[in-house]
Amino acid sequence: MNIDIILAGVGGQGILSIATIIGNTAVKQGLYLKQAEVHGMSQRGGDVQSHLRLSDKQIASDLIPTGKADIIISVEPMEALRYLPMLKSEGWVITNTNPFINITNYPEESILMNRIDQLSHKIAINADKIAKDLGSARSSNMVILGAATPFLQLNFNDIEYTVKDTFIRKGQDIVDVNIACLHAGRDFAMKK
Amino acid sequence: MQKLLLLGDEAIAQAAIDAGISGIYAYPGTPSTEIMEYIQASKQAKENDIHRQWSANEKTAIEAAIGMSYAGKRAIVCMKHVGLNVAADGFMNAAITGANGGLVVVSADDPSMHSSQNEQDSRCYGKFAMIPIFEPSNQQEAYDITIAAFDFSEKHKTPVLLRITTRLAHSRSGVVCNMKRNQNEIKLPDNTKQFILLPAIARKQYNELLEKQKHFEKEFETSTFNEYIDGKDKSLGIITSGIAYNYLMENYPDRVCPYPVLKITQYPLPTKLIARLADECKSIMVMEEGYPVIEEQLRGLLNRCLTVKGRLDGSLPRVGELNANAVARALGLPDTQGEAIPNIVAPRPPALCLGCPHIDSYKALNEATEPYGKGRVFADIGCYTLGALPPYNAIFSCVDMGASITMAKGASDAGLNPTVAVIGDSTFCHSGITSLFDCVMENTPITIMILDNSTTGMTGGQKSHGVGRLESICLGLGVEKEHIHILNPLPNNHKHNTNIIKQELNYKGVSVIIPQRECVQTLKRRLRKQRK
Repeated sequence: MNIDIILAGVGGQGILSIATIIGNTAVKQGLYLKQAEVHGMSQRGGDVQSHLRLSDKQIASDLIPTGKADIIISVEPMEALRYLPMLKSEGWVITNTNPFINITNYPEESILMNRIDQLSHKIAINADKIAKDLGSARSSNMVILGAATPFLQLNFNDIEYTVKDTFIRKGQDIVDVNIACLHAGRDFAMKK
Repeated sequence: MQKLLLLGDEAIAQAAIDAGISGIYAYPGTPSTEIMEYIQASKQAKENDIHRQWSANEKTAIEAAIGMSYAGKRAIVCMKHVGLNVAADGFMNAAITGANGGLVVVSADDPSMHSSQNEQDSRCYGKFAMIPIFEPSNQQEAYDITIAAFDFSEKHKTPVLLRITTRLAHSRSGVVCNMKRNQNEIKLPDNTKQFILLPAIARKQYNELLEKQKHFEKEFETSTFNEYIDGKDKSLGIITSGIAYNYLMENYPDRVCPYPVLKITQYPLPTKLIARLADECKSIMVMEEGYPVIEEQLRGLLNRCLTVKGRLDGSLPRVGELNANAVARALGLPDTQGEAIPNIVAPRPPALCLGCPHIDSYKALNEATEPYGKGRVFADIGCYTLGALPPYNAIFSCVDMGASITMAKGASDAGLNPTVAVIGDSTFCHSGITSLFDCVMENTPITIMILDNSTTGMTGGQKSHGVGRLESICLGLGVEKEHIHILNPLPNNHKHNTNIIKQELNYKGVSVIIPQRECVQTLKRRLRKQRK
C-alpha cells in the first residue's frame, strides 16, 4: 500500500485538519507516514500545500516527486489546479468548488469551473453549501475529506472514528454534524 | 519507549528534554520556531522546570546558553540560519572556550527562501568556527543525533552545531523516543580559565581547538551516523548529506542504490571514508542541501585528479532546495511531470490579514509621505514587510533585523530628509534599540514608527519583549517626550494619525511614533480561549 496526497488551499483555511485526521488514521493502522507542511510567511493568506505520504514500507522523501501524486485534495478550486504538475496522469482531483477570493486577478468563475470540468478524474463538490445545509458552515473541510475517502485505501470506519475522536472535546453536537458532513461528502463521491 | 508523530523540529525538542537539558534559549524564526514552542507546551519540561522563555535575540540566547554550559548544565539554543549571523560573535568564541555542560546550537536553514531573505548554509559557520556539525536526514535521526550531540559535546568539551533545513524542520513522521536522562548538577569548569579569552589564554585554547579537530574526525570515521553503503556499479560513487539522502533513495523503489553511497551526517568530513569512495569509483557525485560545501572541499581549487559532479558542474541546480526529480535528472533516471499549471491560475502571494493594524498604519504613512515622493521609508523584518506589495507599496528596504532605523539614519546623514523607519515591536527589541540610541546621540532627523501589535506576528504570535515597555524604553534612551506619540491605528483615526506623522516629518530630530493595536490573529486566539 502506497498513497501520495497533495493537500491544497489558502493559508488560514485549515488544510492541516484534514491532514491530521488522515494521518492519525493511517498511524493507527500501522502505516508509515511523512507529512511536509508549510509554516511561516505563506500562512498569511497565500497559497499553501501539504505533502502527505502513507505507505506500508519506509518512506524516503518528505516531498512527493512531481508527477507522482495519487490525489490532490483541495479546499479551493483554483488551488486544486496549481498542483496539477504534481499529479499522476491517472490521479484524482477532489476539490471544493467554492472559491476563496482574496486577490484582484482571480479567474472568472465560469472559466475556472470549465477548466475543472475538463479534468479526467475529478470530484468537484460544493462543500461549503453542503456543510451549511447540514448546519455547520465551518465543517466544509469534513465534506471534502468525506469526498476523498473512497480514494484513500483506508478503512472508512477508522476515519470516522478519528473524526469523532478529534471533535469529542467540543461536545456531541459538534461530533454529529462533522460525521454528517463526512458522510455527505462520501455519498456525493460514491454516486459519481 | 513511545512512538510519537513529530515534526523534525519537535523531534529535536523532545530529544533535548530527554537528554536532560536545563534550558532552551531562542528567538522565533522560521523554520526553527517550533522547537521552543514544543518545549514550552511540554508537560515533561514543566515538571523538570526547564528554562523555556524566548530571548530578546539570538545573541542574548546563545550567550545565556554558554552561561548555562559554564555552570555545568546542558543547554540548547535554537535559531533560523540568519539568526546565526546575530549570534555569530558568541558562536565563534564558544568554539575557543569550549563547553562544560553539553551545549547544542541548532540552526535551521531555509534553502529556496520560503520565509527568508537568503539561503546561507550554516555548515559554513560550523567549519569557520571549527565546531563539529551534525546534520540529520530524517525525524528519527533528528531525535537520535540530538541525544548524541549532547554526549559528544560533554565528551569533547565542545559546542555542537545541529544543522537542519526547512523540509525536515516542518515535516512530520513517527519517532521512537527511548531515552530519559536527568539534568546535570551544577559543576563549574575544572579549568577556571576556560572561559577567559584573554589573548594569552585564547592562544593556548585555539591550539587545543585545532588538536580537537583530529579527535572529531577520528570519531566520525567510525560513527554509525556516517554510513558507507556499498554498491555494485563503481562507475559512480555518491556522497549525500542531510535530507539529500532521502531524495536519492526516493528514486529506487526498493531503496537499493546500484552505486556505492556515503551518507554524511557528521562533520568535519571523514577523510578516510571519502578516500575509499574515491579509490573505488570512477567519479563522484555530491548531493547536498544548500551550498556546495562538501563538493568544494572535494574539488579543491584545481580539481585535477578527481571527477566531482554536483551543484558546481551543473549536474544539480546551483540554487534552491533539492528534490527527487532533480536527483533523477542528475543520475539520468526517468523524470516525471504532471500536467502544466493552467494559465488561468493566478499567483496568490501572502498578504496582511483582514483588519490588521499595519494596514491602517501604512495608509496613514503613505498619505503623510506623499508630498515627498516614494523611496523614503526603510522597513524591517516581520509581517509589515508585506507593505512592500500592492496595494500599499509603502516600504523600500528589508535587509536584516533592526536595519530599518540605522539605514534610515545613514540616509538621513547623507542628506535625505525626511526619512522614515518602520519596525515592529519585537524586531525593535531584537535589534532596534541600539540603532535608536545612535540616532539619539546625534539627534538625527528621523521619524521612527514602531508598529506595536504586541507580538512576534510573522512566526505565529510568540511573546514579544516590548509589550507595555516601548515608550519607557524610548524615553530612557533619551527621545524627547513631546516627540513620542502613541496612536491607535483604526480607520476612524486615519486623519488624526496622518496629521501626527506629517507633523513629525517636519521635525529635525528624533521622533518615535508608536501605532499600538493588537495583532488580529492573537486577538482571535485570546478571545477563543476566554470563551472556553
